[in-house]
Amino acid sequence: MADQVYFEDVNVGDEIPKLVKNCTTQQLVMWAAGSGDMYQIHYDKDFAAGNGLPGVIVHGALKNAFLGQLLHDWLGDKGQIKKYSCQYRGMDVPGQEMICRGVITEKSQEGGKNVVQLDIWTEKEGGEKTSPGKATVYLPSRG
Amino acid sequence: MTEDSILTDEMRSVVGKEGEPQTIEVDRSAIRWFARAVGHTDLIFYDENYAKSKGHRGLVAPPGFLGHAIHTPQNPTNIVGNSIKRPPAIPGLGLMRLLNGGTEFEYYGEDICGGDVLKSVTKIADLRERTGALGKMLILTTEANLYNKEGKLVATERGTGIMY
Repeated sequence: MADQVYFEDVNVGDEIPKLVKNCTTQQLVMWAAGSGDMYQIHYDKDFAAGNGLPGVIVHGALKNAFLGQLLHDWLGDKGQIKKYSCQYRGMDVPGQEMICRGVITEKSQEGGKNVVQLDIWTEKEGGEKTSPGKATVYLPSRG
Repeated sequence: MTEDSILTDEMRSVVGKEGEPQTIEVDRSAIRWFARAVGHTDLIFYDENYAKSKGHRGLVAPPGFLGHAIHTPQNPTNIVGNSIKRPPAIPGLGLMRLLNGGTEFEYYGEDICGGDVLKSVTKIADLRERTGALGKMLILTTEANLYNKEGKLVATERGTGIMY
């Protein structure tokens, strides 16, 4: 994990450190066990094809969890996630690179909290945003 | 509303209603499995002593992990999607294919830790019909609120399901 990030050090427009993922089918099975989502489109190729899909696809909620990791790793020990979300707009498949990214869109101080808003998303090589979302986090102050 | 709408008034009547409360266990092994599946490297998700050294009550539940509902054969949990959610049944809803449309997690400043037992209550926040690339679809928005032993709200998970 990187050094602690502070409210004073970040600016609107800053990009936070990227997180790069490339799921194996084994990782999808681990996720099925970890999350409890046993839907067959994520591990049974024939079942997925029968549902009109190109093959097994990455769980939406796993992409959401990757974005959670993106934020957590950036926030360090003293930062806090208030809220984060994403929509599943495009499919990601095993063996494909998925880049998790975030850009700061707003900074404010409310009720003693240092609030930072971000746009977050997963994208494929080439830039297609498959899971765009938003986050609200609290950062510590140097003060 | 068009004549061939698949959304009936009866179905619409469940909007705003809550499902039965469920008991959710935040198990330590489940936290580690979840963290491993994601690829987390922070030891607060794996090593209880380390987590405590960082000021946490115990092993920390990673972002997006709120535990699992207790499964019994008489009271089975949902194995397609998320077991913590139990919205009220939608009357007259036929068997449809399902896609996950989106997820939001909100926290309220409380750690959720290994060994916690939470109560989850899921509400149907919205149900609407849309016509898209897949034909007629129902867009279901659910909101699960999770409460700790003291009855304090510790997390909310909002989800959008697309049925087609």
